[in-house]
Amino acid sequence: MAKTFRLKGGQINRKTPLNFSFNGKGFSGFEGDTLASALLANGVHLVGRSFKYHRPRGILSAGIEEPNALMTIGTGADADPNTRATVTELYEGLTAKSQNHIGPLGFDLMAINDRLSNFLTAGFYYKTFMWPAAFWEKVYEPIIRYAAGLGALSGEDDPSRYDKGYLHCDVLVIGGGATGLMAALTAGRAGLKVVLADEDFRLGGRLNAENDVIAGQKGADWAREISAELAAMPNVRVMTRTTIYGAYDHGIYGALERVGEHKSDQSGTRQILWRVYSKRAILAAGSIERPIAFQDNDRPGIMLAGAVRQYANRFAVAAGDNVSIFTNNNDGWRTAHDLSAHGVHIAAIIDTRHHPLDGEGLSAPKDCRVITGAGIAGTKGRLRVNSLTTTTGETIKTDAIAVSGGWSPTVHLTCHQRGRPRWRDDIAAFVPSGDLPMGMVVAGAANGEVSLSECLSSGHDAAAALARDLGKSVKKTPLPKVEDEPSFGIEACWHIPPKNGRAWVDFQNDVTTKDIILAEKEGFTAVEHLKRYTTLGMATDQGKTANIPGLAVMAEITGKTIPEVGTTIFRPPYSPVPIAAFVGRATGKNYMPTRLTPSHQWAKDRGAVFIEVGPWYRAQWYPEPGETHWLESVNREVIATRSAVGICDVSTLGKIDIKGKDAGEFINRIYANGFAKLPVGKTRYGLMLREDGFVMDDGTTARLAEHHYVMTTTTANAVGVYRHLDFCRQALWPELDVAIISTTDQFAQFAVAGPHSRKLISRIVDDGFDLSNEAFPFMAAAELTVCGGVPARLFRISFSGELAYELAVPAGYGNSLAETLMAAGEDLGVTPYGLEALNVMRIEKGHPTAAELTGQISAHHLGMERMLSKTKDFIGATLARRAELTRADGYRLVGLKTIDPEAMLTAGAHFLDRGAATRRENDLGWMTSVAYSPMVGSSIGLGFVKDGHNRFGDVIRATDFVRGTDIEVEIVHPHFVDPEGKRLHD
Amino acid sequence: MIINHPLLGPRDASEFYYIGDAAMIMRPDAKPDDHSAETMAAFDSYQHHRDNPHGFHRELWYHEQGDRSWLIVTRNTTTHEITKVELARDVKLKGGL
Repeated sequence: MAKTFRLKGGQINRKTPLNFSFNGKGFSGFEGDTLASALLANGVHLVGRSFKYHRPRGILSAGIEEPNALMTIGTGADADPNTRATVTELYEGLTAKSQNHIGPLGFDLMAINDRLSNFLTAGFYYKTFMWPAAFWEKVYEPIIRYAAGLGALSGEDDPSRYDKGYLHCDVLVIGGGATGLMAALTAGRAGLKVVLADEDFRLGGRLNAENDVIAGQKGADWAREISAELAAMPNVRVMTRTTIYGAYDHGIYGALERVGEHKSDQSGTRQILWRVYSKRAILAAGSIERPIAFQDNDRPGIMLAGAVRQYANRFAVAAGDNVSIFTNNNDGWRTAHDLSAHGVHIAAIIDTRHHPLDGEGLSAPKDCRVITGAGIAGTKGRLRVNSLTTTTGETIKTDAIAVSGGWSPTVHLTCHQRGRPRWRDDIAAFVPSGDLPMGMVVAGAANGEVSLSECLSSGHDAAAALARDLGKSVKKTPLPKVEDEPSFGIEACWHIPPKNGRAWVDFQNDVTTKDIILAEKEGFTAVEHLKRYTTLGMATDQGKTANIPGLAVMAEITGKTIPEVGTTIFRPPYSPVPIAAFVGRATGKNYMPTRLTPSHQWAKDRGAVFIEVGPWYRAQWYPEPGETHWLESVNREVIATRSAVGICDVSTLGKIDIKGKDAGEFINRIYANGFAKLPVGKTRYGLMLREDGFVMDDGTTARLAEHHYVMTTTTANAVGVYRHLDFCRQALWPELDVAIISTTDQFAQFAVAGPHSRKLISRIVDDGFDLSNEAFPFMAAAELTVCGGVPARLFRISFSGELAYELAVPAGYGNSLAETLMAAGEDLGVTPYGLEALNVMRIEKGHPTAAELTGQISAHHLGMERMLSKTKDFIGATLARRAELTRADGYRLVGLKTIDPEAMLTAGAHFLDRGAATRRENDLGWMTSVAYSPMVGSSIGLGFVKDGHNRFGDVIRATDFVRGTDIEVEIVHPHFVDPEGKRLHD
Repeated sequence: MIINHPLLGPRDASEFYYIGDAAMIMRPDAKPDDHSAETMAAFDSYQHHRDNPHGFHRELWYHEQGDRSWLIVTRNTTTHEITKVELARDVKLKGGL
């Protein structure tokens, strides 16, 4: 059996052993372990390769700050790359793989990069991959992409489920360590609605990692007791495994809760992305230990001192058998003390301070070398450290080095609204300062408190103050007493300059002190430049352990103080959030809502082929048995409609009810053409401009009663037109008495078109309504009843150019209306037609739609300039007169007909004169819509041609580079069928 | 962001549609036969010149996923502090900005 590094004690459940694999090899750990602690318990330190030099790397930390131990967890589609082993909760069957190496982890072929390190310095990419420019995309980028990068995505769809949630609270407590627990307890007892979030699976923070005694019991036990009290409070919601990743405006926080990824059964929801609305927030995020840079300080086995302590106390794991300490503060001594108490031998304590033992009450364990006023000059050991050499020239055998360079408050969230931290010399750290996010206060170690008792009192005080602020009374209760608190006593030391090697500052990005020196020499001295030039503080850990040492080294080189050099600030997210969590369930068909027309089921039953039009599903055509090509179906539908009668679902058109004494005046100001004189019972085509003079939309508006109008819009612009109308009504002309409401979803509307349409409509309209041409002529409108009392609206309008009606009934009747029309018109040859036939017929009639109304088209371009009223002001009236919109030789909407009847036109083709070179300067316009017209017997199109109305009869070319066609077309009037419009009036 | 709707109370900004400078409510007057350069210039300015200040700004927000009120929100564009929220209708009826 392999040697185990498991100690006694700890907060692991030895009754529940868990099996897992790392790089294919089986291991076991216990419930309560992280992947990192379980690996260390098995003596595994080597867990990855560094980003650039492919140096062997080990576990550095015990938290989210981990730069080295990035793993791919799971396999296949479930694989999750760049996961920190230090915060990955162990579960039965977990499979982990190391990243960023070619060949086995112990012998990485890319390790050659380490020998080339003199070339791979800061700014390497910028300097090397410069010329020739043609190589950027084809040669350099693929090389860089292959060699660089950490874990890779599976490339398969993520099978996991992600959810979203919303929470509201009086106070959000961020961090469940000593400070956060005290704050949540105080706020909870005061009766506030509290959310307490902690990224760990166990509340307590450093209390679980240390041997502090609070109120006469072990800190971890005290934390468990408080957690239980909080869990029992109905006004407190405790969220473990939850990272507050961003502080947004007005007390809104982003939170990621990992609800499923620690379970063997991954079939449930994996993560929940919460949006937390808080009145106040207490940031109690603690602090993060940072290393000291020295030569070859990146070997596996070299770890942060606080992490070594945490592995021993919480996870009962020894980092080694013979551990050395390197420190610039008393915390390192604490590690020595705790390990020694577990029976682990301490080889040496190397303290950069000259007199650490004076009056600090420190004592070294037995048989331990203590070297003060010294540093580490170098280390040895290829895949694991095996010795160190001090600056005093002593070589010491050791299998792990615990390094403490002091603690940096976790200020990240205080910077999310551009708060800029302030330097405190006494604790050698940046603390929160400047403009904090609204409602946020910072307490405990995150605010630079050093001792546990200060953390408890600041957590309590922060919560008590805001509870009173929110109108709650707070009972005075004595704070729990902390026993035997060690002091901190830091004397800043950032790096020991290497004699003949490199000293790492940023492990994840392979940034060494040499790189910082080079950046300074080349002029990149500002922290923001330093970051970008050297990549210091980038990638998944965002420099949580590297930023401060990096800029401290820069300060030293440039002879400035750290506050003079300044610090970079932070953006969300605090730690990586999967894109999948932001997406939630909005994937595939759930990306947006699906809208079905009221007669969808009827169309589906008839075998309609549907097309997505925005969120709508519309019937494209209705194939009949024996039809093998869509064009066959469409041609049949067009011919049937033009020769007999067709029905088409047009429910998707926007419908807006407009009422009020001034409704007429309002509509008259909205449309470019006159509406003031529209009589009751009539419909009119309306052209709507934007204020800039371009066409916004078109449609028909009917006057149903003195003060009641109903407007239709195109399907695409239904939302935009409504918004526009509301703006005009409320913000421009609030003095008008007019109210509007969208009724798009309330009505099912069918076009009934063709020579037999009157006959068909008469059969379902109730008795007493005269539908004769005289009584109900072209453009008439009426409210009436159909099918024995169903309220309906009938409009005699036509998009197809035939004698036609549009009939609207309440949406609930839509499906049966379709069935009724089909049954009533069977002997008339009634045929349902889809969007495609509708499109063919409107192109045959030269009616514009969204393809023409692109927002860059004026009334003149459409040949509708005569509709622009000269007797009223309307939206767009003035700017529509601008020269480019009105020029006589500008674009005009024309029809295009092929010379070769077999040729098929394409939309998007550009027009050129015959013989003109195919160049931009010769461009005459473009094709907007095309269709095969069974009436014309060839492919036809609509398009905009410069000076087109003076060019009827000319033959030009329609050139399409995308589809590789060049077709001769004749410019014709856009009305291919019934140009006089006789059929409309029959 | 949270916008304190004068009729509905605090609402999340995601319920709103935003168009910016509230000067959009001050549409110039135009007589039908007024083809003067001044009127053209007034509309050109109205259409194209929008303030986008660093600091407090009155801007138009439409509660599209709610009661469909157009609001004038006074917001600090650098800090997102909102100091006032009015119905555009009320502002216009009182003579505008």
